Amino acid sequence: MEDVINILKGLHPEVDYEVETELIDKRILDSFDIVTLVGELMDEFDVEIGAEHMIPENFNSAEAIYDLVTRLAEE
Amino acid sequence: MITNVLEYLEYSAQEFPDKISYADETFSYTYGELLKTAKAIGTGLLKKETARGPVIVYMDKCPKDIAAFMGVLYAGCFYVPVDTAMPEQRVELIIENLKPSAILVDEINMEKAEKVSSGIPLLRFAELTGTESDEALLAETRRCFLDTDPAYVLYTSGSTGVPKGVVVPHRSLIDYMEHFCGEICITSGDVIANQAPFYFDASLIDIYCTLKMGASMWIVPLAYFSMPLKLLQFLEDHRITTIRWVPSALNMVSAFRGLKTLRPSSLGKIIFGAEAMPTKCFNYWQSYYPEAVFVQIYGPTEITGVCTYYIVDRKFEDTETIPIGRPFLNSGVFLLNEQNGLIAESDVGVIGEICVKGTCLSHGYYNAPEKTCEVFVQNPLNDSYPELIYRTGDLASYNDRGELVFASRKDYQIKHMGHRIELGEIEAAVNSLDGVSAACCLFDRERSRILLIYVADSITEATMIGLLKEKLPRYMIPSIYHQIGTMPLTAGGKADRMKLKEMYLK
Repeated sequence: MEDVINILKGLHPEVDYEVETELIDKRILDSFDIVTLVGELMDEFDVEIGAEHMIPENFNSAEAIYDLVTRLAEE
Repeated sequence: MITNVLEYLEYSAQEFPDKISYADETFSYTYGELLKTAKAIGTGLLKKETARGPVIVYMDKCPKDIAAFMGVLYAGCFYVPVDTAMPEQRVELIIENLKPSAILVDEINMEKAEKVSSGIPLLRFAELTGTESDEALLAETRRCFLDTDPAYVLYTSGSTGVPKGVVVPHRSLIDYMEHFCGEICITSGDVIANQAPFYFDASLIDIYCTLKMGASMWIVPLAYFSMPLKLLQFLEDHRITTIRWVPSALNMVSAFRGLKTLRPSSLGKIIFGAEAMPTKCFNYWQSYYPEAVFVQIYGPTEITGVCTYYIVDRKFEDTETIPIGRPFLNSGVFLLNEQNGLIAESDVGVIGEICVKGTCLSHGYYNAPEKTCEVFVQNPLNDSYPELIYRTGDLASYNDRGELVFASRKDYQIKHMGHRIELGEIEAAVNSLDGVSAACCLFDRERSRILLIYVADSITEATMIGLLKEKLPRYMIPSIYHQIGTMPLTAGGKADRMKLKEMYLK
């Protein structure tokens, strides 16, 4: 979880990722952020994130992102 | 001869009264409705005795914005779209510079508008659209109008901290559209998916190609640009034929290999510009659309949309750069060296500043004569009669095919997510904070990150970020911060960018 937050901090240090649950809905992460974020998540967690995983529910909070990579790592 | 862009609206409303003009997922206008609404707004503005001059349109992105723009033009005024997500302090700077005749507002932004309006009349969109249109009054207003009168003012980042408003007349816009629609073969059958915000000139193609040809334009929900499959489904559902997007939006699709899952079937014209196109991303798109027309366009706001273009006609390796091409129709584009000498097409690889002349030139910056004179200057190659050129500050060279290839900037302007940003504007905002004694911004092109290196004694990083968000749009907020003890300086006493780059970008 901490690793996810660190990657997010690299994108927008000003956001409180412990409490923010609308990263996509509030457009805190834009499309460039998403491309960068997913690239870094794939490197860090050694998972494959495809277009089908790119839905708001998977990226709205640090926790949702963590759940996604954990789920993908188990597959 | 066309002298007012409203003639495009009037033509399309006559030819296609019941066809969808502009739409999003919740609202749409037919051409007939758009014309009626625009005339009502125009009449409403005239009845309120709005002075001929700039009218700010302060509304969330929606088809209604187009009716507002056209309504402002019917009133003999010119429109100034302002981003409703922009921090209040920056809106205030724009209002101070512009001194608008009125601000046109939608219900949802009324409260915010009241805070920044400083006495300028706020007019509700919903109220104006209820006005009975007065044809005689509109015709009289139109009769006094010239094609050199402004159509719109768009604000762009200014290096001293104050945004600059580029004043574009109807004539430049008409010149752009007459040539662009013909050259790229836009027709009434086209359906355009709009990505660019209306306060950027990248949206001109979407808005005005649609209006001129009687085509249709769909506004893509912003959130879809983070969700490739939804985005592609949207293009498929609305049978989109044409897109004019920033490369980062196209890159979003290619990065996730989205076209493998869903390839929108009607897409035939793919136009991109406003920042460098990663060739790998281009090759990905072209592999799925070998028959489509791909066009790279280049042109700052000051020259009304496009001054060079390249219709892709050959293959590119991932490591090659796609050229910005040749001068656009009826646009004069040439390179000057540092001694103001002309660089010939045969001087392959020699870098010079891109300079532009012709009808595409805007009038300059609103209420900023000094800034205007710095870049709108007499053509140094012509001492026989007055002829203005615009010095873009962009550097380029010719390749061995005589095409222009973009190199870099002469100054500290950057392109980030399609936004044009002066690093100086960010530095000015940082320097205005209590406790900061020096600041310098760098741009990491590889990772597309803005770095801030600063000297401060009594301000924390978190406080600083909080205050910057009140002054700058979100895309200007640096993402990497380095606090240092003293700022390295050049012999001239300025922050030593070369040294800072060595320290933080290597």
